Amino acid sequence: MNKNECKFPLNLVIAGFGGQGVLLAGKLIAEAGLHEGREVSWIPSYGPEMRGGTANCTVIISDSEIGSPVVENPDVLVIMNRPSMDKFLPSLKKDGVCIYNKSLIEGFKPRSDVKMVAVPASDLAVQMGSTKLLNMVLVGSFMANSKAFSEASLAYALKKSISAKHQDLIPLNEKAIDEGAKFIA
Amino acid sequence: MANKVLMKGNEAIAEAAMIAGCRHYFGYPITPQSELPAYLAKHMPKRNGVFLQAESEVAAINMVYGSGGTGVRVMTSSSSPGISLKQEGISYIACAEVPCLIVNVVRGGPGLGNIAPAQCDYFQAVKGGGHGDYKLVVLSPSSVQEMADFTVLAFDLADKYRTPVMLLSDGYLGQMMEPVEMPDASNIKKYDKPWATTGAVGRHQNLISSIHLVPEDMEKHIHHLYEKYAEIEKNELIYEEYQCADAEYVMVAYGITARICKTACVMAREQGIKLGLLRPKTLWPFPKQPLAKLAGSKNVKGFIAVELSTGQMIEDVKLSVNGVKPVEFFGRTGGVVPSPNEVLLNVKKLFSLK
Repeated sequence: MNKNECKFPLNLVIAGFGGQGVLLAGKLIAEAGLHEGREVSWIPSYGPEMRGGTANCTVIISDSEIGSPVVENPDVLVIMNRPSMDKFLPSLKKDGVCIYNKSLIEGFKPRSDVKMVAVPASDLAVQMGSTKLLNMVLVGSFMANSKAFSEASLAYALKKSISAKHQDLIPLNEKAIDEGAKFIA
Repeated sequence: MANKVLMKGNEAIAEAAMIAGCRHYFGYPITPQSELPAYLAKHMPKRNGVFLQAESEVAAINMVYGSGGTGVRVMTSSSSPGISLKQEGISYIACAEVPCLIVNVVRGGPGLGNIAPAQCDYFQAVKGGGHGDYKLVVLSPSSVQEMADFTVLAFDLADKYRTPVMLLSDGYLGQMMEPVEMPDASNIKKYDKPWATTGAVGRHQNLISSIHLVPEDMEKHIHHLYEKYAEIEKNELIYEEYQCADAEYVMVAYGITARICKTACVMAREQGIKLGLLRPKTLWPFPKQPLAKLAGSKNVKGFIAVELSTGQMIEDVKLSVNGVKPVEFFGRTGGVVPSPNEVLLNVKKLFSLK
């Protein structure tokens, strides 16, 4: 991936346990892409695997009409737990980027033909006051690594996606995004 | 992109239905379409509408029959097994010429099957489903935008021709989010319904019924329906051709599969293979003439129907091509969705291309 600009279409898979905020992370990324005038698609895994196993979603951000909303070989992975690492790392495109939650994932075999970005997301989230912030930390790292959209677009997406009664949590979420953005390949 | 919002396909149908003036929904929950009734349960009361979760699918479709008979815009939605349960009511509605919208967000079958996306209900939607001599207008959206647009179109066609219309979608289109621009409410056309049962004050009474005990009367009524269907075939066919102008091989695919095929088309062109796509937007009426025309073109060497089934639409493709060129098939079924690469590999294999 180019250091300064993002190449579209960008295909992303986000995966983790149900409850780690996989789907919301994907929605934020899609909203941020849409805010910059791009074509976007978001598709969740909604099958039986959702119940207890891994949850995942695929997000595509593109300059042109999006064909298939599912991809075999994503450009970027955001991985929140170990089972998802085992499942998705082999599918990552050569020279792709794998951003992962180092706090919960260890002992796996990394690939040498991709960029591995280790983010202690769960630990940072706990330090900031809630383990629930781990998805925001990883979204921050995704933004910094992919340059798929600006920080302002992500802030807009955050404001739009968080319900009216939780708007007071925005500064904390933004802090988590900033922390994550420090982790660049 | 100020007017575009990110929405799930199921929600886009629900919002578009209310914009189209639908204030009556009757249904029973089933995955993968439950976001649709959930959205209407939340929003319909705010717009002075009726959202009713019936005790069963059979009850829901008969509520649609009843309220459609009063001339209001009405809809139901379900997913494959639920649509099977509704077939008796759909047949009655078709016979009684009651306008309504039936949404099927198709999942893997037969039987209880699974909740993954599929296109295995094509025959049921297009060839009848319920008993008797009738047709449904069947619309096939391929994006969240079309989920909204075709909902509005469905209500319009239903009123225009006094006929039930089905929106045939699938689990992916229902569950995925894409930017969508909602249709403009000021463009919604209203139709006079002098046939509706609205209380016969100061006029002759109207009767909505599907019983015709005298065979000659029934035959006459069926002929009336088929004259109407002929009008729909003449006026309402919509389809899209993609990279067909110089195509040597033409895929025929609808819904989510058409998008996968579009990506496969782009990949094929990069490899020097002249692959095109014909995408029916109406599955009934089916694009017979456009396919016949392509079959007669000297460029075209063959067709491939690509479906999430073991091959149902291919029968209509073959009838349209009428033996002029070979028609092959590739599909995955049971809820399995092929990748664009898998589609392309199979196209190459079927026609021995390198």
